[in-house]
Amino acid sequence: MIAIAQVTPVWYLVLASVVFAIGAVGLLVRRNPLVMFMCVELMLNAVTLTFVTFSRMLNDVNGQTVVVFVLVVAAAEVVVGLGIIVALLRKQPSATADDLTVLKG
Amino acid sequence: MHFLEGLAPELVVFVLAGLVCIVGALGVVLNANPVHAALSLVATLFGVAVLFLAQEANFLAAVQIIVYAGAIVVLFLFVLMLLGIDRAEDLSVDALGGGQRLAACILGVGILALPLLAFASTGGEATGARPPATAANAITKTTPDIAQLGESLFTTYLFAFEVTSVLLVIAVVGAVVLARKVKRADYVEDPLTSPPSEVPT
Repeated sequence: MIAIAQVTPVWYLVLASVVFAIGAVGLLVRRNPLVMFMCVELMLNAVTLTFVTFSRMLNDVNGQTVVVFVLVVAAAEVVVGLGIIVALLRKQPSATADDLTVLKG
Repeated sequence: MHFLEGLAPELVVFVLAGLVCIVGALGVVLNANPVHAALSLVATLFGVAVLFLAQEANFLAAVQIIVYAGAIVVLFLFVLMLLGIDRAEDLSVDALGGGQRLAACILGVGILALPLLAFASTGGEATGARPPATAANAITKTTPDIAQLGESLFTTYLFAFEVTSVLLVIAVVGAVVLARKVKRADYVEDPLTSPPSEVPT
């Protein structure tokens, strides 16, 4: 039979690092502003997972409190970001991140 | 399911939820169609919620599903459908002629290697002060996590909590200002439903 492997908290941290790295690469590679935004959400989720894991490792509930704040900030960020994207894509429906060079001063 | 016997339940949960997370994350990055990317994002968010549950953060798991999967992804899909940009994107375009992907992958490996090195150097142990077992913020088996979370939120972090309410108001006002149409030079009123009036400029 397969030996019983113990899941240590560091496994969660490694998983969160992998998700964060995937999100970071996606943010750099993708050109659709909405998909870039989703990649930011991926990175935020990876960080919340590390906060919960550290909260468990250190036996301290304040790590989970931080996650609540991350959630609120993520919601605010999505609302404003999607507002910007709506304003941008309404003007030019096929706009990609590359077209934002018009913002150059 | 006899092949799962002998395995620790946490291991099974971790492997399955971790796979869902990583497959979903890859789906967000690799799917050409933004709608499929948004649905892959739901998979990742769900996997993270399961991992929250596995770590006894029950309230946060519920909030993760309600706020992220229920509100934020719906907002993404709403914008996608509203603007009608739910078409597949041409993924073969590379702004720097192949250099962008290469640079992003190198950076991604670096971002991954940095925490892995940190975990390896500390032996996977968190450094920092553990609260005494009698402290209000010490996680106990007897008090539900939502009670402790509420106490922490409304005592220690009360000011930060109030500031987030201000942040949310600012975000709502900002979104309205950004997304509404100010100038409508091409505005044509429907003569059947409203009396003719001056065209706003």
